Amino acid sequence: MRKRYLAFRVVSAQSVNKRDVTDAVWNAILKLFGEYGASQTNLALIEYDQEKSWGIIRCSRRTVEMVRASIASVTEINETTVVIHVLGVSGTLKALRRKVSL
Amino acid sequence: MKRFVDLHLQPSIKDLTQVKNMVSLASELGYHMIGITLPPNVTRDTVKQLQSICNNVKLNLIRRVDFFPKTPRELLYNLSRFRRKFEVISVVCTSKAVARQAAKDRRVDFLSFPSTNPRQRFFDHAEGELASKAFSSLEIDMAPLISSKSFQKIRLLSSLRKEVKIARKFDVPVTISSGATNTHLIRGPYDYAAIAALFDMTTPLALHALSETPLTIVQRNREKLSPNFVAPGIRVVRRKNCCPNA
Repeated sequence: MRKRYLAFRVVSAQSVNKRDVTDAVWNAILKLFGEYGASQTNLALIEYDQEKSWGIIRCSRRTVEMVRASIASVTEINETTVVIHVLGVSGTLKALRRKVSL
Repeated sequence: MKRFVDLHLQPSIKDLTQVKNMVSLASELGYHMIGITLPPNVTRDTVKQLQSICNNVKLNLIRRVDFFPKTPRELLYNLSRFRRKFEVISVVCTSKAVARQAAKDRRVDFLSFPSTNPRQRFFDHAEGELASKAFSSLEIDMAPLISSKSFQKIRLLSSLRKEVKIARKFDVPVTISSGATNTHLIRGPYDYAAIAALFDMTTPLALHALSETPLTIVQRNREKLSPNFVAPGIRVVRRKNCCPNA
């Protein structure tokens, strides 16, 4: 199965940990596409730097737009206003890192 | 490469820090041109200030005004008074009579339907047909969709799906804008395209609604506002006494 990697940046007044980011993205996918949609995404948080507030998510190629829409619809984590901006999408981690210069 | 446009940023004009933050974020996210909603009585100095903020981040500023008329008469009055002052005019349709008048009038660029209540969204078949003849565009703001929750979001998505279908049927151009009042509601153009898939807009169509459609409207209006414009397809090439040596 083909995969896509999405680099993202979290913008928030407070620091957000890896677990909270994963939960927020999963909840957003569940809300928008339900359990059936979420099961198709094969979502995994590959990397997250809490200090620099960026990370990489992996998903299946077919659901990349679904994941992107879900990430964009995240508005709060732990009752704090949060925005997650997708910095870039690529088929390999190497290309993604080059693309968004992480 | 696509030139993305966000024609609907709504910062508080008095708070220049907020304007700066929103403008620089828009530039960072890949927008080429932004429209800031201004009050109808905006001064030239304010516009110059905003222009310089946008120039600092290499963004093109569009002067935009939103009208909230209660009656068709009020709309006509506002249009005749302010059309030549702003590059883009949007009418927020809060009643059916206003929506019909706005769709008929060629001076209106965008038809906007703010309510999440489906009964107060007046973009139906008749509205679509009128808008198609008058070259008005249906504007979809993403901020209400991002900030709304549960049942409200479901109803909004359902209404947007119907409106996009009608717009496609009657060839009414659709424009996607942020409608953001702060930095937390701004997203990148590809994120908006992904969200637009939720109301059945394909990615190429959504990207078109974020770039070519608003660009065409702005270019058309800038041409009309230029002093050399006479009528569509006719413009002044040279004036008497403009070239003394010729």
